[in-house]
Formats: sequence, C-alpha cells, structure tokens
Amino acid sequence: MSKLLIDEVERIFPGVRGGPATRAIEPITLAVEDNDFITILGPSGCGKSTLLRIVAGLDTPTAGRVLLDGAPIAGPGADRGMVFQSYTLFPWLTVRQNICFGLREQGMAQARQDEICDFYLDRVGLTAFANHLPRQLSGGMQQRTALARALANNPKVLLLDEPFGALDHQTRELMQELLLGIWEQDRKTVLFVTHDIDEAIFMASRVVVMSARPGHIKCDIPVEFAHPREYLIKTTPGFAALKARLTEEIRGEALRAVEMGA
Amino acid sequence: MTPLKPIPRGRRIALGVAFFVLFVALWAAVTFSGLVSATFLASPLQMLKGGWELLTRFDFAQDIAVTIWRVLGGFVIAAALAVPLGVAMGAYKPVEAFFEPFISFSRYLPASAFIPLLILWLGVGEAQKLAVIFLGSFFQIVLMVAFTVGQTRRDLVEAAYTLGASDAGILKRVLIPYAAPEIAEHLRLTLGWAWTYVIVAELIGSSSGIGHMITDSQALLATDQMIFGIIVIGLIGLISDFVFRAANARLFHWKFA
Repeated sequence: MSKLLIDEVERIFPGVRGGPATRAIEPITLAVEDNDFITILGPSGCGKSTLLRIVAGLDTPTAGRVLLDGAPIAGPGADRGMVFQSYTLFPWLTVRQNICFGLREQGMAQARQDEICDFYLDRVGLTAFANHLPRQLSGGMQQRTALARALANNPKVLLLDEPFGALDHQTRELMQELLLGIWEQDRKTVLFVTHDIDEAIFMASRVVVMSARPGHIKCDIPVEFAHPREYLIKTTPGFAALKARLTEEIRGEALRAVEMGA
Repeated sequence: MTPLKPIPRGRRIALGVAFFVLFVALWAAVTFSGLVSATFLASPLQMLKGGWELLTRFDFAQDIAVTIWRVLGGFVIAAALAVPLGVAMGAYKPVEAFFEPFISFSRYLPASAFIPLLILWLGVGEAQKLAVIFLGSFFQIVLMVAFTVGQTRRDLVEAAYTLGASDAGILKRVLIPYAAPEIAEHLRLTLGWAWTYVIVAELIGSSSGIGHMITDSQALLATDQMIFGIIVIGLIGLISDFVFRAANARLFHWKFA
C-alpha cells in the first residue's frame, strides 16, 4: 500500500460572475511510497500548488480523493506538515514558540516540547536564535524555522510549496542542502513543489512533471543519484543530461502556458 | 523639501514646540493689545489666574475627577462588551451577518442626539452620562474589531491548521493574538472620542464635571475659566493617549517596536 495515494483528484474552480469555470487539475493519480522524496515540477499556473493544497486538506477536490496510509483525508491535520512559499511564522511568537506551536496544540508537557524543539533548532542551525522574533530573522532563517516547525510535529508526510522561492540564489542552494541532509537522516516522505529544475533534480528520488493548465502528470522520472548527495553533483554529466531532458519537457509546457495567458 | 525624508529627533521636537509657542504668542498679542475684548477671549495670563481660582476656590479638581471617572467607566463598559462581540463577528461569518447591518446603522446614530431621550429614561445621574459614552463608543469598537479580526492573514491561519490547530485553537492562538495590537490601537482612538462625548453629556443636564463647569462659566461670561477647562480636557486627553500608546508599545513590541 502506498504511503500517500492521490486518487483521480480533479479540481475545477467555478467561474467568477458567470464566467467560464477554470479546470485547474485534470484527474491526477499519483502514488507516493514511504520515504519517497518527490518533487513536482511545472510551469506557473499548472495547478501544482493546488494539488499540494488538496493533499494538505486546505482545498477540496471537485472529484477524487486522497488517501494517507489507506484512510481518506478530511481537512488539514498535523499528520501532513506544510512549509509555504510566503513567510508564515507567527510574528508574535519567538522562534522557539513557533516551533512548539503544534506540540502545544497537542497538549504536550513543556519539558518534552523543549526537548523536541532543541533537537530541531540544532538541525536547522538556529539554536542561538531560539528567543528571537521572526522579524529579527533573514528570509532563509525564517524558512528554516518554518521547516523545523513542520518537522517538530513529526508528520507522516512533509509538504513543501516552493519554500525557497522567495530566497536569493545562494541561500536557496544552502537550503536545498540542508533539507536534503535532513531527509537523508530521517527519510521522511516528502512532496516538494517547485518550478526550479536544478532544485527538483538535486533533492528528489522522483521528479513528477506537470503539464500546463489543466494540469496533469506529463512524466514521472526516477532520480538515481546515490545518497548522500553533494552539491557538486549539479555539475556532473548525469545531472546535466537529466536537466536537459526536463528542460525540454518543461519548456513545451511553459510555452503553452504563456499562450494561454498564464 | 524632499518628500518623506525623515528629520532628526531634536528638530522634530523643536518644530512641534515652536507651534505651541507661536500659538500662545498670537493669543497673547491679540488679547494684551486689546484687539479682542476680554469679554470674548481672556488673555493667557487671565486664563491661568482663572484656572488657579477654579482649583483653589471652586474645587475644580473634584470636577476633573468626576469627568475622568465617567469617561473611564463608560469606555470600559463599552470595550468589555464590544471587543468580544467584535472578535466573534470577525471570526464567525454567521455572527457577522446577523449583527453587522444593525450595528453599521447604529454607528451613524449620533450619541449626542440621544441625550434628551437618555435623560428621560435614566434621569440626569451617572447612568445617563455612562450611557452617552457607551452609545458613542460601543458600535465603533465592535465594527473596527470585527474588521481587524476578519483581516487576519489567511496564510497564518492555514499554517496553523497544517500544524494541527483546532477551530478553537485558530481563534485563540492566531486570530486574537494577530488582531490584538490593532484592537488596542482602536481602543486608544475610541477613548479619545469618549472624551468629546462626556463633555457633551455634561454640558446638558449635569451638576458636576468639566463640561458642567464650562456651562456655569458661560453664565458668568468667565472666558478665562472656560478656556482653562477646555485646555485641561486637551491635556488629559494628551496624557491618556500617551499612556495608552506606551502601554501598547510595551505589550505588543513584536508589532510596534
């Protein structure tokens, strides 16, 4: 049985003021195995974020269902942690309080909360910033905190919606290495949405390419590079070949998306 | 001058004080020169003398205390009821749909126009004064709080849901803390308005308070005392605003610092 099964999920947004309805996602089926790191790659407006939001339970599919460990999901829950593209730390809480948000919601004892928090603070390298407020942090540090906050809940699946999209290129690459390092230790099941091809290949065990709207899965390519991966693999011929192939796949879709005015 | 360019703190304070000085100088000029008769406008010096007389001989401090008590009483009652209702309206759309149209309508009913009715219903005692302030502040607070809570960033709400927050958790741990600094700012503004309502309430049918003293002084053509009373109101308003602002900055340093 798959860890996560996206089963014939379709999403149609109703037309605004009598306008035509928008078909964001054609029926999509995707099976995610335990310990998979799947990156979903697609041009902007292809419905990849919508798909992730449906898995998170923040959006409801028009048809189809999502099964987690065989049970259909109904609404958002702590078993699917999410990191957003926008900075979503609670600005009135310190880094530590942000990371403990979900644990406190469970009613966990403070000592245990602190223990878990300390572990993830160390993982993302923010131990020295535990008592800082989000506005005192750089964008990269905020996203590291958001990652620690999602991981602290020990979710079954980690969902990431272009989490490094607002960061500069250098920070972005460091964040990729950080996330990959964490995954190599935990082997948590990850769904990662991005439009960056390097990013998609570097971290993934499978790259799923989505077409332009209405989104469907165009191809599903395993990435076989051994772990632990170093950033240097980005310069290897194998990487370049895969990148060339994905670039072709994406380019056609991006052109179609532009023609549709996305 | 360059638009939006900040100026040093010292200069800013100097400029602010300069206008007060200019204002008092102009006032002194037109009164001391006899350009405006003392019947209509007392000079600054007369004003201070009149104020001193009020405080030492006519127990004006008692009037000030009564007025402050009324403002705070009416304001606290209004806020205690309006903030929870506003939060409920902002968070829960059916509650908003139920109350919002009526409250939006009520907001435009001028509190001062209710004074004759309130005197009829409640007499000229304290209840009537508190009621005027309550009517003047309650609806405003409810609407501003409801709007602020309704404006909570959706991505923060969604993040909380993905962290396992319940609906009650969203209200308690996201909507309220997010809106709290803005709510405190609304209360600060409303307290300023409450000051104008109390004076109006005291001008009509009252036997104590700053507003009552001003009507009394009018009968005696004591412009010095009237002006002193008005300035006292302004000063108390300024001080309460300053205290409120400082408290907000301290409580919500994540937002205002």
